[in-house]
Amino acid sequence: MVKRSLVERRGRRPGVGHIDRAGESDVPEEAALIHDLREVLGSARVLVGRAEKVLYGKDASALDPTPPSVVCLLETAQETQACVRIASKHGRPITPRGSGTGLAGGTVPLGRAVVLSTTKMNRILEINTDDRIAWVEPGVLNLDLSKATDPHGLHYAPDPSSQQTCSIGGNVGTNAGGPHCLLHGVTSAHILAVEVVLPNAELAMLGSLEADSPGLDLRGVFVGSEGTMGIATRVAVRLVANPPAIRTLLADFTTIREASNTVTSIIGAGMLPAALEMMDANCIRAVENWAKAGLPLDAGAVLLVEIEGTEAGADAEAEAITAICRADGARSVRAAASAEERALLWKARKSAFGAIANLKPNYYLHDAVVPRTRLTEIMDKVLEIAERNELMVLNVFHAGDGNLHPLLVFDKREPGVMDRVHRAGGEIIEACVAAGGVLSGEHGIGLEKRDYMHLVFSDVDLAEQTTLRNVFDPHGRWNPEKVLPTGSRCGELQNVPEGAWI
Amino acid sequence: MSVSLARSNASAGMQDFASEVGAEGPVRVIGGRTQWNRGRTTTPAGQTSDISIREVRAPTGAISVEPAELIVRVDAGTLWGDLDRTLESAGMLCPLDAPDETSTVGGVLSVGESGFRRLRYGHIRDLLLEARYVNSAGLIVKAGAPVVKNVTGFDLCRLLVGSIGTLGLIGEVVLRCRPRPQQQLWFESATANPFDVRDRLYQPSFIGWTGDKTCVCIEGSSVEISAERTSLGTTAVDWAECGPYTIPLGRRISLRPSDLRRAREEFAGQMWLAEIGVGVVHLGGTALPEAKPALSASVQQLNLDLKRAYDPSGRFNPGVQP
Repeated sequence: MVKRSLVERRGRRPGVGHIDRAGESDVPEEAALIHDLREVLGSARVLVGRAEKVLYGKDASALDPTPPSVVCLLETAQETQACVRIASKHGRPITPRGSGTGLAGGTVPLGRAVVLSTTKMNRILEINTDDRIAWVEPGVLNLDLSKATDPHGLHYAPDPSSQQTCSIGGNVGTNAGGPHCLLHGVTSAHILAVEVVLPNAELAMLGSLEADSPGLDLRGVFVGSEGTMGIATRVAVRLVANPPAIRTLLADFTTIREASNTVTSIIGAGMLPAALEMMDANCIRAVENWAKAGLPLDAGAVLLVEIEGTEAGADAEAEAITAICRADGARSVRAAASAEERALLWKARKSAFGAIANLKPNYYLHDAVVPRTRLTEIMDKVLEIAERNELMVLNVFHAGDGNLHPLLVFDKREPGVMDRVHRAGGEIIEACVAAGGVLSGEHGIGLEKRDYMHLVFSDVDLAEQTTLRNVFDPHGRWNPEKVLPTGSRCGELQNVPEGAWI
Repeated sequence: MSVSLARSNASAGMQDFASEVGAEGPVRVIGGRTQWNRGRTTTPAGQTSDISIREVRAPTGAISVEPAELIVRVDAGTLWGDLDRTLESAGMLCPLDAPDETSTVGGVLSVGESGFRRLRYGHIRDLLLEARYVNSAGLIVKAGAPVVKNVTGFDLCRLLVGSIGTLGLIGEVVLRCRPRPQQQLWFESATANPFDVRDRLYQPSFIGWTGDKTCVCIEGSSVEISAERTSLGTTAVDWAECGPYTIPLGRRISLRPSDLRRAREEFAGQMWLAEIGVGVVHLGGTALPEAKPALSASVQQLNLDLKRAYDPSGRFNPGVQP
C-alpha cells in the first residue's frame, strides 16, 4: 500500500510552514476553545472524543479521516452565530457539515477545524401549499421532506441517490443533483431563499419568496459554495406538483454503445424524460444479486427511463420512447406495471453503491460530465482506461444529463492498487474534459478535484472565483483548501495536515 | 496540464469586444434598450452627465444550435427574435421570452427578469450554463460550461444574471433549451377563478389574471393539450380561445404567489396583469423605475463589497444598481 499525503501528491507550495495535525496541538488552547463553545451549547453538544472526531473527520469519499478539534451540534441560528464568533476569536477554520454523505471531501475538516453540524436542526417549519414552498431547517433529510409534502400532492424534486440520508443543508452546499434533475433542474433551481450565518457571524436572508429578489443573486452564489461562504440555518424550497401520471421503462441493450446512442436519439427526437439513467453489465449483476428487481443479467446495459405527464401525455411519450429504444437495438422494453414495480426498479438504481460491497471492499466513485452527444465515445474510453489499469469498473449514472459515475472497485490491501486507482481516475477526468465536459456534475470539487480545476479554467477564470469567495470570507477561514487550487487563493495559506490518505 | 477543448480560445468577436471595453473609463453595454430603466438610480438616459460613459455593443450574429444537446451558444448582442426563430426551426425553445423581439440576449440576462413562461419553465437565471464576459480589467473570463449539469467551482453565472452589467459585461452565452412544444393555445374566461385553474392544470405555461379576466396558455403535443383542456373544462361556455396576451412593459411588482389573492383590492383602479403561481404583477400605463424593496444591512454590504471587488473603479454601468 502506498501512503500519500495530499500535500505530497499535489506538490507542496514553498513557505507553507509547519503542519498541524488535528487534535494534537497544545492542550490549553484546545481547552479554551472547548470551554467557550460549551458555554453556548452545553457539554453534550460539543463533541471532543477521539472516536467522534474520527467520525466527523470524514465524509463518504475514499479520503481517510482528518479529525477536527471539536464538533458542534447546533440547534438554532443564534447558537450558530455564537459558535462562529468563538471559532473566529480562536482563529480556527470552520467546516459546515450536513449528513456527511458527500463524495468529494467537502466536509473533511482541515487544520484544527471547528465542525458545525446541522443534523439536529431537522424540523420542517412550514409547508405552504398556496405558495408551493416549504421552510425547512438544514438538517431535514431530503426524502423526509418529500414524504411530508406528499399528502399535499407536492414534492421536492432534486433526489440524490443518498436521499434517505442526505440533508437539505448539504444539498444546498453542493448544489446536489439526482436522477429527476434531468427534467426539473438541480438544487439551485429549487432553492428560493436561504437564511445563512455569514463568515462575519451576521445572520442574512439570501433570496426571497417574492418572485424577484432585489440586488445580486446571492442565493444563487451561496448554493453550491461547499461551505466556503457561510452556513445555512433555514431554507425555503420550491415544491413541485406530483405529476398526474408516471411511466417507468426499463430498456435492455446488448451493448453500452447501443444504450448510449439511444440517449442521444431520445433527446434529439425532442423528448426530455423526467429521468434517463444507465446501468452497465457489471452494475446490473451487482445490483440484481441484491435487489432482485428482475434486471436482465445478460444485458450489456439497461436504460431506466421515467416519464411524467398527464395520463394520455405520458402514455404517448412512453410509446414514442419505446419505439426509439427498439429502433436503436433494445432487446426488450419493460414498463413497470405497478407503483411497487416502479419502486423496486428505483431501489435497484439508487442502492447500486450499497450493492458493490459484495464485490470488493473499497470503491472510488467518480463524477464527471460530458456533452450528452459524446456519451458513446466516453463510455468506450472509460472501459478502456479501467481495463488498461486492471481495475473493475461499474457504471451507473445520469445518462440523460451526460453525468457519468464510473465506480472503480478494488481491495486496497492489494499491492499497488491505489496507484492504479488514482491513475485511472485522473485519466477518466482528463478524457471527460477533453470531450468538452467538466470535473463534477453534482458531487462538488471539495478536496478531491481541487487540483484539477486548471483543466477547465484559466488563471483569470479562477481569480474571478477567488474574488467571490474572498468577498464572503476575507479571512479564508471557511472550509479552507476546498474547491479552488491553492495557487489561486490570495492571502494567508492554510495548513493542510499530512497523513490524508486518498 | 493539458489544454482541453473546453478551454478553447475566445471567438474573434469576443476578443474585439474585450478590446473595445478596455481596462479604463466608464462604459456600458447597449442592448435593445427595451428595459433601459431597470436598476437606474440616478441620471436618466440621455442627460448630459451620461455623455462621459462610453457605450459598447456585445458581439452579435453567431448562433450555434445543438438539438441533441438541447443547448445553444449565442453571441450576447443577438436579438431575441433572431434567436427564437433559429431555435424554432430546430424544434427548440429557450424560455428567455424577452419583452421584445429587439431585446438582446445579453440584455435580457443582465436584467434577469423572467418572461411569461416562468410558471412552467422556472426562472431565467437557471437557463445560463456558460458565460464569457469581460471583467473590469478588460480580460475575458469564462464561467460555467456547455453542459446541463455542472458544479465545477463557484457559480459566477448566477451572479451575472440580474447584475445589469455592473460586474462583468456578457459577450457570449450557452443557454439551456427545451423541446419546443408542438402547439400553443390561449384561452380566456371572465368567470374562472385563476387560483382554481392553477390547481386543476398539470403544467400550464402561463396563467394571467386582470381582475376581470383569467387567461391561460397551454403548450405541448396535441395529446397533452387535449388532456389539459379536459382538466380546464374549455368546452364549457365560459372559456373562449383567444390570442396571446402581451405582457405590459410597465412597472413590475414582485410578490409571493399567495399575495395575488388580494390583487383586486391592492391594485383597484389600475390596469394590471398578475402572473398566477409566480407572483409578478405588471402595471400598465407607466414606465417609471420600479421601487425595489430595501435590502437588509448585511445583504446590502455584500452587494457593495461584490461591486467593489469586481469593479473597483466603478466603471461598469455607472448610475445603475441591481
